[in-house]
Amino acid sequence: MSHALKTDNSEGLIRDKALWMRRRALQMVFDKQLGHLGGDFSAIDILATLYFGVLRYDPARPDWADRDRFVMSKGHATGALYTALSAAGYFPEDWLDTYMAHHSKLNGHPNRQYLPGVETNTGPLGHGFPVALGIAIAGQITGAGYRTYVLTGDGEQQEGSNWEAAMTAGHRKVKNLTLIIDRNRLQQGAGTEETAGLDPLDDKYRAFGWEVAEISGHDYGQLLDTLGTPVGSREKPLCVIANTVKGKGVSFMENLTKWHHGVPNAEQFAQAMKELV
Amino acid sequence: MPVAAAETALRLDCRVAWAETLESLAEADERIVVVVNDSVGSSNLGGFKQKFPDRTINVGIAEQNMVGVAAGLANGGRVPFVSAASCFLTARAMEQLKADVAYAGFNVKLVGQSSGIAYGELGATHHSIEDFAWLRALGPITLIAPCDAWETAEAIKWAAAHEGPVYLRLSRMKVPTLDLPGRSFTAGKAELQRPGSDVTLIANGTTVHLALSAAEMLAGEGVSARVLNMHTITPLDTDAVIAAARETGAIVTVEEALDRGGLGGAVAECTSASHPVPVQRVGFPGFMPTGSIESLFKEFGLSPAGIASAARIAMRRKGN
Ligand SMILES: Cc1ncc(C[n+]2csc(CCOP(=O)(O)OP(=O)(O)O)c2C)c(N)n1
Ligand SMILES: [Mg+2]
Repeated sequence: MSHALKTDNSEGLIRDKALWMRRRALQMVFDKQLGHLGGDFSAIDILATLYFGVLRYDPARPDWADRDRFVMSKGHATGALYTALSAAGYFPEDWLDTYMAHHSKLNGHPNRQYLPGVETNTGPLGHGFPVALGIAIAGQITGAGYRTYVLTGDGEQQEGSNWEAAMTAGHRKVKNLTLIIDRNRLQQGAGTEETAGLDPLDDKYRAFGWEVAEISGHDYGQLLDTLGTPVGSREKPLCVIANTVKGKGVSFMENLTKWHHGVPNAEQFAQAMKELV
Repeated sequence: MPVAAAETALRLDCRVAWAETLESLAEADERIVVVVNDSVGSSNLGGFKQKFPDRTINVGIAEQNMVGVAAGLANGGRVPFVSAASCFLTARAMEQLKADVAYAGFNVKLVGQSSGIAYGELGATHHSIEDFAWLRALGPITLIAPCDAWETAEAIKWAAAHEGPVYLRLSRMKVPTLDLPGRSFTAGKAELQRPGSDVTLIANGTTVHLALSAAEMLAGEGVSARVLNMHTITPLDTDAVIAAARETGAIVTVEEALDRGGLGGAVAECTSASHPVPVQRVGFPGFMPTGSIESLFKEFGLSPAGIASAARIAMRRKGN
């Protein structure tokens, strides 16, 4: 069975799932005292929208050849990815309790050989996009109907491999590929624009032969409309610049580099849980 | 005894010694610059950046660019210290290391931070256990893994004064400072940490203090284990290795790295050519499962007990 196509109730469903994912990711990171909450929280609304309103997949058949693909290029945000895969039914919720535990399948960065639903291993930045491009080209060659989505960080866009992939995708008009950039404007140590500026990102992708949409990465309506655009309606690959807030949902984590890989103490955990309702 | 000192000493994160030494070298030598990949904080270079903003080149998350830029800075008369997580510095920029640094012979200092399995649970992509093997294949790069804060500082001073490419493999793991009267650091020259005649334990980096504890354990069984701190893999101190083979007849190598192609590989190549003796290699077999540093060290025998057991096997194989 395919899952997750858009219905009239999609926005409410996605909102509920995203809230659950934020709370669950927070719990995992708090329990393990390790993780990347800032980047989890900026991406969760995007992942919730994909898994509960856009992607066609069947968690019972993770190797279904015609499934839509989602590649999590920003592999450090496993709090977002693992909660999404669990919510989508790929594995039982209690596996989340083993996050980064000894010999756990829930490694700090995703491993496709450990977990169903993971399309490729990521962690080093700048890998997911070329792999997703290859997946999309395979679909183009075979005429398969699946769509391929890849999410990168914005700091991640500094890796040259992204621009090599962007060039190939634009050149080959790989229109079944959607690149989503989590544009939270922060990387590990500072803002993107004070480190190695990316703006204007939209013009860059247009110049590389892409269609570009700039939306809010926290607005379910905009996310559903943009990510759900039929492939047939365009001639080029689609780049979605999703403007987000790093740490979104917890007031004291929002827009601060220290929450890139900061972990909450007991008091902060309680406060954050209070806000995530 | 060095061992007692090792066990009681305060454990230090060598990134402090790294940053302090580099800052003081940079005060005296204006040619020194750093090149980083969004790694100012993780490299403990916040102070350097504050003091020398114009000499801090943060290229963003772009390791190939980072190493190429460093080669260019060397061409322009600067002395670049590239500082990045060793997993990305080596794996991502391998061709730049080969062509732009080793083959072109530029005076670039490569500082691999958080090497080995220091990133623990973050997994195999973030572990840097292949770096010894990869960089050993690039001859002209001097390859040094300091074992403590003191040696980290000495190795950085040596690298700054040396004309030619150097890879310094640093760790964020807290290690004891080893105490030896009149200690001095010479690249390419092994440090005898403990004399012994039955077996030689050859270690580097974060594993030297573990080898010393193993030697102490073995002493309790009447086994006299020599301990060599082989901080430099390239060029290897072949004299010390051959003497160990001749005088003790069995060798154990210990490294926080793959169990092939690195220190163990270098030692085995040397002994097999000059004075074949049993060599047991303690290290990691390949991509590591999820786990903390402590649990993985234990599981894969990077512990006093694991090293002592490898020593017993090596001794048993003597003359077979
Ligand atoms: C090749 C590589 N270099 C460096 C890192 C270390 N690192 C992990 S996350 C990160 C910052 C990523 O920033 P961004 O892409 O903006 O992600 P987000 O803000 O969504 O967390 C860095 C530098 C890495 N994982 N891979
Ligand atoms: Mg970002």
